[in-house]
Amino acid sequence: MSEPVTASAPRTTRADALRFYGLWIAGATLLLVLPLVFSSGGSLTTFSLIGISIIFALSYNILLGQTGLLSFGHAVYYGIGGFLAIHGMNAIAGHEWPIPLPFVPLIGGLAGLIFSIILGWVSTERAGTVFAMISLGVGELVASSALILRSFFGGEAGVTANRTDLPAFFGLTFGPQIQIYYLIAAWVLISTIAMYALTRTPLGRVCNAVRDNPERVQFIGYNPHVVRYLAFCFAGFFAGIAGALAAINFEIANSAYLGLVQSGVVLFATFIGGVAYFFGPILGAIFVTYLQLGLTDLTAVWQLYFGIIFIGMVMFAPGGLAGLIMMHRPLARGGTLHMLLPAYLIAAVPTLALAGGVILVIETVSRYIVHADASTMVNLFGIPFDTSQPVTWVIALVLTVGGFFVARMTWRGIAAAWDRAATAARDKGHLA
Amino acid sequence: MLELIVISTLNGVLFGMLLFLLSSGLTIIFSMLGVLNFAHASFYMLGAFFGFQLTRWIGFWPALIIAPLLVGAIGMAVERYGLRNTHKHGHVAELLLTFGLAYIIEEIVQLIWGKGPMDYRVPAILDFPAFTIFSTNYPAYKMFMLLISVAIFIGLLVVLKRTRVGLIVQAALTHPHMVGHLGHNVGQVFMLVFGVGTALAAIAGVIAGPALVTQSDMAMLLGPILFVVVVVGGLGSLSGAFIASLLIGLVQTFAVSMNGSLASLFGPLDPSIGPSLLTDVWNVTIAQIAPIIPYLLLVLILIVRPMGLMGTRET
Repeated sequence: MSEPVTASAPRTTRADALRFYGLWIAGATLLLVLPLVFSSGGSLTTFSLIGISIIFALSYNILLGQTGLLSFGHAVYYGIGGFLAIHGMNAIAGHEWPIPLPFVPLIGGLAGLIFSIILGWVSTERAGTVFAMISLGVGELVASSALILRSFFGGEAGVTANRTDLPAFFGLTFGPQIQIYYLIAAWVLISTIAMYALTRTPLGRVCNAVRDNPERVQFIGYNPHVVRYLAFCFAGFFAGIAGALAAINFEIANSAYLGLVQSGVVLFATFIGGVAYFFGPILGAIFVTYLQLGLTDLTAVWQLYFGIIFIGMVMFAPGGLAGLIMMHRPLARGGTLHMLLPAYLIAAVPTLALAGGVILVIETVSRYIVHADASTMVNLFGIPFDTSQPVTWVIALVLTVGGFFVARMTWRGIAAAWDRAATAARDKGHLA
Repeated sequence: MLELIVISTLNGVLFGMLLFLLSSGLTIIFSMLGVLNFAHASFYMLGAFFGFQLTRWIGFWPALIIAPLLVGAIGMAVERYGLRNTHKHGHVAELLLTFGLAYIIEEIVQLIWGKGPMDYRVPAILDFPAFTIFSTNYPAYKMFMLLISVAIFIGLLVVLKRTRVGLIVQAALTHPHMVGHLGHNVGQVFMLVFGVGTALAAIAGVIAGPALVTQSDMAMLLGPILFVVVVVGGLGSLSGAFIASLLIGLVQTFAVSMNGSLASLFGPLDPSIGPSLLTDVWNVTIAQIAPIIPYLLLVLILIVRPMGLMGTRET
């Protein structure tokens, strides 16, 4: 948390500018060609979900990473955006207003913004634990109210809309998933650029300052409460956009959009990706969405794996995936990255064994002890295991316990190799 | 009406005392370690499930002792190997760790016991009506729950105010470094406090299990209310936690038993208005909004008195 969001010096050289814009153009191109490479319906749906979750996670990081506000109720603004988008779509179709679908996410965004303007002032009065608790309380309040105010939230069933009823946009009806994908991709690009630009504004920088030292910010003459409030409103706006896109994608909004589970998922995604860097939540959103979709096919207890990965991240890599990657940058610049490779390869073996052991234990419990009716076969790294055989139990225990102790030794090897590589890089002048 | 008031007061005090068993541990842990333990309700759930399983194997009375000990041991391990290592990454990381823990505990409970409610029964020896007020039989088990929670409350008070251990704990609440300088092992005190706090939650789980529903979502249902209690009472204030527990216990119990709505008070709306937000609000009964009353109270308190009822500090 204490690591600052990368603050680079003003770009002066042409090469730097080229690299900067090249990165964005590469990102845009990637969004453009992805469906051409993977054109199956399943991957299109996956990409759409990942896109939505990228916007949502980035909006969450305005709070957590940039302003230091840990929210347990961010899904409120996502859900409100979704509901307003659905109601907006129905109203547009009903009144035959000339508003095409690509502008509907703006409705969601504005809804998120208005709600964060209303709820934000009370919420952001203090940071830290108090903010976390208020966000949780407000989140529960809105989520429970959604079940009471049936005419607007549609009770447990939710509200539906038909996106093809809206006026066509340059001949696009937005019936097929591919058009929805491009709609989402366009909004991902716009929102990402906007949110990145936000981090570069004076407001973005003051947010960082409020996160790191609110008292000092107060001495300079800013009111931290106002700064937090503004950050909160921006986060609500982009969360609303993400919610509206989800509503367009599924053509339904229900109370699950607003709930604690949804808030938890975005927290997981953002944190696993890494809050200290702008691109962290993007990585996290891709990783977590992919994991969600991929693991549900493989195992009945995917949420357990999810929680274990999260706890592992919190304990051992609080910088998230982005933090892990950026740790290696000075070494790569110094050309000493290869010194780490042997230690990594050695550590990979027992670490994988440990992971395999844990998976076997969980699957054994899940498939053999609890759900006796399910298939007892587990396929791990291409090797089939029968969880009803005592041999498997022994293997699982040996892998878990032995893997843990051996892995811990090899992790020390990594630390030693890291020190050597870092020293070498520092000697070449690449490490501050 | 009088019957309703008496029964609801009894039930409300009972629920409040149960909440206090949880919120007292949560408050002490928060004041000491600075961590709001998100998984506290999960330890309560673990207590209920361990209690259920041990009752099956060895009976209710041993379970009442052993389940809290087991859960307390788990809690101590969590403090020693989890929180202590995460401490260097800051409070947010610690809060996130307990959040992840709450998630994992729920998944593990679901993995082992499934999602359905458990058949956790009141022990036969306590399965009789204690007394009858106006035609309503009040179960003896509820009186037993009340007795246990009051006994623990008094015990806690005595230990904290009258013993040397309590003295050290109180000192470590405000001045952990000074206590360390005086030669006490603050790390061990923290671990012990975490263990005792989670064990208290587990006792609440064991005794509440048969009366409420023992199910894998019970932590998720109670957890947020628990936070409301500690925030409304004032973070870090034990007396505040006590008052807020009773307050929320009573408010919720009374709300559930009331059926009034704006429609019953002022008459139904003109049917020509049709279904809208207004009719929703007009027709909703107090019993229906009972689940959101604690959160409304939370928001109100934070607007009017941000440090909570009895709180002294701002964060």
